[in-house]
Amino acid sequence: MQEAMIARAKELLADGSVSRVMGWKKGEFSYDISPAVFENADQLVDFVYDDFCGANVSKYLINESKKEGKILAFLKPCDSYSFAQLLKEHRIDREKVYVIGIPSYGKADINKIRAKGIDGVLGIKSEGTDFIVDTIYGEEKIAKFEAMSERCLTCKSKKHVDVDEMMGEEGEWNAESKRFDKVAELEAMTPDERFEFWRGELSRCIRCNACRNVCPACTCVSCVFDNPNSDINNKAAASSFEENMFHIIRAFHVAGRCTDCGECSRVCPQNIPLHLLNRKFIKDINELYGQYQAGANADEKYPMVNFTFDDCEPGIVYKRGGNQ
Amino acid sequence: MQRIGVFVCHCGTNIAATVDVKKVAETLLQEPGVVYATDYQYMCSEAGQNMIKDAIKAQNLTGVVICSCSPRMHEATFRKAVAAVGMNPYMLEVANIREQCSWIHKNIEEATEKAIILGRAAVAKVHLNAPLIAGQTPVTKRALVIGGGIAGIQCALDIADAGYQVDIVEKEPTVGGKMTKIDKTFPTLDCSSCILTPKMVDVAQNENIKIYSYSEVESVKGFVGNFTVGIKRKARYVKEDICTGCGLCTEKCPQKKVPNDYNLGLDTKRAIYIPFAQAVPKVATIDADYCTMLKTGKCGVCSKICTAGAIDYTQQDEHLEEQYGAIVVATGYNPIKLDAFDEFAYSQSPDVVTSLEFERLMSASGPNGGHLVRPSDHKEPKTIVFVQCVGSRSTVECGKPYCSKICCMYTCKHAMLCREKYPDTEVYVFYIDVRTPGKNYDEFYRRAVEEYDVHYIKGMVGKVCPEGDKLKVQASDLLTNEQLHIDADMVVLAAAIEADKSARPLATLLTASMDTNDFFTEAHAKLRPVESPTAGVFLAGCAQGPKDIPETVTQAGACASKVIGLLAKDHLVGNPCVAHSDEMMCNGCSTCANVCPYGAITYETKDFSRRKDGTLMRRVASVNPAVCQGCGCCTVACPSGAMDLYGFSTKQIMSEVDAICK
Repeated sequence: MQEAMIARAKELLADGSVSRVMGWKKGEFSYDISPAVFENADQLVDFVYDDFCGANVSKYLINESKKEGKILAFLKPCDSYSFAQLLKEHRIDREKVYVIGIPSYGKADINKIRAKGIDGVLGIKSEGTDFIVDTIYGEEKIAKFEAMSERCLTCKSKKHVDVDEMMGEEGEWNAESKRFDKVAELEAMTPDERFEFWRGELSRCIRCNACRNVCPACTCVSCVFDNPNSDINNKAAASSFEENMFHIIRAFHVAGRCTDCGECSRVCPQNIPLHLLNRKFIKDINELYGQYQAGANADEKYPMVNFTFDDCEPGIVYKRGGNQ
Repeated sequence: MQRIGVFVCHCGTNIAATVDVKKVAETLLQEPGVVYATDYQYMCSEAGQNMIKDAIKAQNLTGVVICSCSPRMHEATFRKAVAAVGMNPYMLEVANIREQCSWIHKNIEEATEKAIILGRAAVAKVHLNAPLIAGQTPVTKRALVIGGGIAGIQCALDIADAGYQVDIVEKEPTVGGKMTKIDKTFPTLDCSSCILTPKMVDVAQNENIKIYSYSEVESVKGFVGNFTVGIKRKARYVKEDICTGCGLCTEKCPQKKVPNDYNLGLDTKRAIYIPFAQAVPKVATIDADYCTMLKTGKCGVCSKICTAGAIDYTQQDEHLEEQYGAIVVATGYNPIKLDAFDEFAYSQSPDVVTSLEFERLMSASGPNGGHLVRPSDHKEPKTIVFVQCVGSRSTVECGKPYCSKICCMYTCKHAMLCREKYPDTEVYVFYIDVRTPGKNYDEFYRRAVEEYDVHYIKGMVGKVCPEGDKLKVQASDLLTNEQLHIDADMVVLAAAIEADKSARPLATLLTASMDTNDFFTEAHAKLRPVESPTAGVFLAGCAQGPKDIPETVTQAGACASKVIGLLAKDHLVGNPCVAHSDEMMCNGCSTCANVCPYGAITYETKDFSRRKDGTLMRRVASVNPAVCQGCGCCTVACPSGAMDLYGFSTKQIMSEVDAICK
């Protein structure tokens, strides 16, 4: 796949259709891969696409689409939802991006591989239901369901939203996804248990802002947490509860716009399951306003900013036991 | 630093009985920036206002906090007072220590503490207040009346009479409303049609009035003086300007089995119809649900018969937008559905009817030409039982908690008319109370009892059972404590009346408030009874609450005078507390425009380049201050906080919260 992508990128660069390529390159280790922009064909030697390329590149296209010339972007299905949502919010100039959809069969989570005692990772490839991990000690085989990141195990869609061309096979929306199971589990807790759960998780937060900075829904020119007029920023020093509020406010801010790409949890150095906050909102929106997938439809108003006569009344919170 | 004066009102004993006003003033004097604090019996009185004015001058105050009733009550009064001595009116804040404090607390200590906290929050806000200047907006000198019943008609006529243009939007094919269905009117027993139809003609002929019949309001934008209203003209498949109303088509249409809603389904009409002979506008309408041509494409009889060539099967709903300065809501009422009251056998026997159906049965324009016969076998009823309060004053969920107000009088009228026209008929009326407040109303009721021998029985009917051709009525007489069994030929149910179903969605369009019964609420129940709390929206008729014809006409006239008062102004002073966008922070994501109910937000792409960065074009929001109503939806929806509200900035509100939590 990687070679075919590079070849196609070179073609498009050569015929002048695009002037840059958005993709991924290796970091210090083969598994710490980061999104990268390649300015010419020569730079593409660093282009990589493998089972560690989980990073969502759509957010980078905000700035890239402001520059001169068109950029080629390879988007995985989940990236394409974020991309379409950004289009809806007028954050990306669609004319400046040439989108090639690429399939994704689930990306590996390095932490899970390490937890299996596999160290010295040099590379990864996919073989049926297993990942073959190349290490300095030789090849190791690990079942995909044991090594895949949580968001891929509960993948919502292998189908893209808005692409100019597809490479490889287009997939399907996965109606069977179990992505809300963990949320349902939390909902079944008593309020006290749930509070303890989140206090436990969020107390580890070091406010590195990685979740905010990677999030394709957090694209404000200036974040409300950095805005002195919001009167929020100076609360950080005043309360140890602040990091909890940060995540809750952030979840509110992206409610209805979060496409559930799972980047927040992927980048969290403290392994806080932040995506569960967003999924709770998505689940609630689905239940209260009907099925809705952010990014799936570029023209539709999202339920949080739309009013219909059938909307539930605020009393629904009470009816669902939210007062307890 | 501001120099703030605090004025604590006793409101007679309204506040002072539960709040230690002296302590509130003393404590607030300790707040930073507060240089003067006092209390007085009635701050809103002239003496009270002078006290504020004098203090502003003597103490060189830069800001004022009034601890009193709700700002909805007297904020405007106090703003005017401070402006009179040169202070910007937006340097004043009202802390509501009456509705939100003294009225809801009993414990003086607690209430006093809360009053102090509320005052402290207002002081904290004033510290961040800045002078604001209100702009002016022109007034569109045209009114919209929604609903063409007697309320709408009277209101439109009165407004038009003052020289202003009025449009009536009526959802039925004709104006006239419920009153067209009524036979006689209490307490004078004059014929409803005879007094209504001349008014309908007046409305049609008045050059200041335009009628959009068979139309509905589908969108409302703008604000007082400047509403833009979207009107849907439903396709009637007849060209309104060509149809002469000759009625030939309504006689020849082969589709005869259409329930006639004018007679409440008691008889049938054709698929093309004119509701009744005096309809205004007198044009035919095709009922698309029944028309064979529209359903199957085969028929076309009406088109062949129409010499004027008015039939147009291809007609589509038309959507238009009009500008108005004021909107009158006169959407009226309907009797409730009686499905849930089956103890009265309404759905089991055609001879159990509602009072409005009985009205049609008695009417000369009704299904039997005014000859009262039972719907089932067309025999004259010899015993009629009237049941009052069916669904009114009800504690069960399917009923209404309120008194429908008109039922006592019309039931009395029905009973009297029955006895008058058919003296051999026995008439029983079952009641909880007979309520007859109104000029000549009680005399009317006495006549029914004393002169016409109507049997008024205090008590409710427990059950009605159809048996053979009789209706077995089981009831209790509460005065004699007897169980009664009456073999009735007809039972007439005085069904509660409720606001028209179109009212609730309309209220949402208008952002006008409603009570739990879907009646529109007034700006003030006693002092502003025909105005909605939403500026520029006025109320007439049963949309506001149950009322009879004289009361409706009175209210419609009052409503018209308020509308005229508004339209007579050339300019309205706007509200300076509007939203504004910080372009440096705006993402141009459209969230604010999506939630703005007034369409006040537009986007422009602006150049934010700094010299060395090259060009940087960004899409940013801008607010039209003349259209913005300061509701604040955008400020809470904006993810980056770029939107803020003058007079209610995030900072001001947060400082209030901080002051409360201190």
